[in-house]
Amino acid sequence: MNSNHNHYPEGESLRRALATRYRNASIGRVLFFSALVIAILSLVALLYNVIDGAFGYVAFEYKNDPTEFTSKPLDDLTKEELLAILKANLSSGAYTKLDNEKPMEKRSRSVLYTLLLERLIQIDTKQTWSLTDSIFRSGEIKAEVAQKYPEAKLEFRSWLTPVFLTTPMSSKAEFAGVRTAIFGSLWMVGIAILFALPIGTGAAIYLQEYANKNFLNRVIQTNINNLAGVPSIVYGMLGLAIFVRTLEPLTSGSIFGVTDANGRTILSAGLTMGILVLPLIIINAQEAIKAVPDSLRQAAFGVGATRWQAVWHHVLPNALPGILTGSILAVSRAIGETAPLIVVGASTFISLDPDGPFSKFTALPIQIYQWTTRAQPEFHSIAASAIIVLLVLLLTLNATAVLLRNRVQRRY
Amino acid sequence: MKQENTIMENQNFRPLDLKKKMRLGESVIQTLLFLAGFLSIFITVAIVYVLGKEAWLFFGNPDVTFAKFLGTTEWSPGIGKFGIWPLVTSTLTTSFIAMLVSLPFGLAAALYLSEYASPKARSALKPILEILAGIPTVVYGYFALLFMTPLLQFIFGEGVQVYNMLSAGIVMGIMILPLISSMSEDALSSVPRALREGSYAMGATKIETSLQVVLPAALSGIGAALIIGISRAVGETMIVAVAAGAGPNFTFNPFLAAETMTGHIARISGGDLSYNSIDYTSLFAIALMLFLVTLVLNLISQGIINRFRQRYE
Repeated sequence: MNSNHNHYPEGESLRRALATRYRNASIGRVLFFSALVIAILSLVALLYNVIDGAFGYVAFEYKNDPTEFTSKPLDDLTKEELLAILKANLSSGAYTKLDNEKPMEKRSRSVLYTLLLERLIQIDTKQTWSLTDSIFRSGEIKAEVAQKYPEAKLEFRSWLTPVFLTTPMSSKAEFAGVRTAIFGSLWMVGIAILFALPIGTGAAIYLQEYANKNFLNRVIQTNINNLAGVPSIVYGMLGLAIFVRTLEPLTSGSIFGVTDANGRTILSAGLTMGILVLPLIIINAQEAIKAVPDSLRQAAFGVGATRWQAVWHHVLPNALPGILTGSILAVSRAIGETAPLIVVGASTFISLDPDGPFSKFTALPIQIYQWTTRAQPEFHSIAASAIIVLLVLLLTLNATAVLLRNRVQRRY
Repeated sequence: MKQENTIMENQNFRPLDLKKKMRLGESVIQTLLFLAGFLSIFITVAIVYVLGKEAWLFFGNPDVTFAKFLGTTEWSPGIGKFGIWPLVTSTLTTSFIAMLVSLPFGLAAALYLSEYASPKARSALKPILEILAGIPTVVYGYFALLFMTPLLQFIFGEGVQVYNMLSAGIVMGIMILPLISSMSEDALSSVPRALREGSYAMGATKIETSLQVVLPAALSGIGAALIIGISRAVGETMIVAVAAGAGPNFTFNPFLAAETMTGHIARISGGDLSYNSIDYTSLFAIALMLFLVTLVLNLISQGIINRFRQRYE
């Protein structure tokens, strides 16, 4: 019995050993799965955290009593009445300035209403609450406000509103919007893709269709893979030294007669971002070109096509959906990338829409960064709203990419 | 016969020329495509040149000595303190915490997806990891500062500062988890099926097969994932810039605020910076260190993957 024990267990001990092993097996399964549960929980916590910040109760006071301007309740004012109040109470200089930016008559009621609050009545936010608190502790919150801020009004607010999307920056969180940031992001990504897509596709065509296996081409391939792993902030430093500083006459537009600018422009940021996404585009385009069946090329060569004719008329059209998928992924990478923009010098306070590649600019992630690092909680709320805007944008882009990819998969 | 004559009499007839022709257009296009490919080499050279040049200026400054750079523990180039260690220690601390989170959980997730999950479960679970991987890092920064830090303060009490390395490190780990899990899963699923079948035939349970047969066989691929993960953690900027603190601090205590190399670059370069100042050149010295560290890590990882592929394919 004892000697058996050392080699092969039998009978009762075998059963016990087996039971232990089976128990370990099921514990292992649960443990491995729990890692995924933690990943899912993290994602849920992140989304919850963002949504929790973007909605909730706000206690605020009017600095100037609304009755100084009108006898009606604020919500009942019509557009014409708002216009009249603004005209009567704003200094004529300020009114003319606003009128020059965009004629006052053409602005919507909600914009005028916001102007009234921002310029004349002026809001002083006392305290904000998260969505969870607002739902589950609304009674306590109301009591607290009544006691701590007897003058204040309590309002349930969605910080993410259509107005938030369409108003420019403001130094007050209550009136700030992401309009200029969205335009800045779009300009920057546009320039990045205009730069990186042709060059990246060209490089991929060279590596897949032309390059023979010599030393130089192996170095190029290895190098591209390594560039994809360079930290984004290093690309920012490259952009700072080359585009912002060395090529300042070009990127500030001074050789084109644009004055009053330094190199910290949309063009610099776009080119920096273009270099950052270039390896990504090349690698994806290579995969797309690789997936084109060789029979297409052979057939083209068979009827006497040159190499470029085969590429242009047969390989590229078939690889195009894959290349586009890759560029959409590159766009979503560029839209979310923050660190290089900070280094290249996105301005944080821009209240005018960018009007060309030589404008100063801000971008969505830059605003999120700025607002998150402010101490006042109302800025965290607009940061959360901007995050929702950014995530929705990214989700749309990625969904498009997945749809494109699935269509390609069906074709072969 | 008659037909042949008519052809020969035709003045325009020339025998078919099968020699390779010089086509100018083709050559131009090929050259352009080559240049597009070569640009990537140029970019690498430009990175090394630009970072190297400014870093050279920094180290060429008479005030900056090697002894000060590596021998002191205060970093404030503006007032002549050139000890790099505070930035290095916080980078090491946050990266270490990040790997502590992402390696075990990433590996476990990979084992589940590759060894246990049914195809249906896989296709439901993988997109979740992909979503995690696609979230911009600045959003993780928000999450670290406004969710993880309050949570840690709730758990560990007042000792946790508002900005702290622990929160940044943990969230960075969550960010890197999908990378580790997808690379490890690739490594695990490229282990030949015969090894698993052999193990089952000997009566091994699933977990014994996973941990004692498949995992060791995929170890080099998992090592590559680990190294890439470290490289990502060292180079990650926004999470630490938002949540780890603003100001160099020579400490390994994860509850304290301390600025990492990347966070320092982001904060200093975000302000008004005059070219040629010691602050400006010092940033390039730090960036050069970052570049070299991540380059070496990436090269090692790629080397491992290439050797691993050869073994099983």
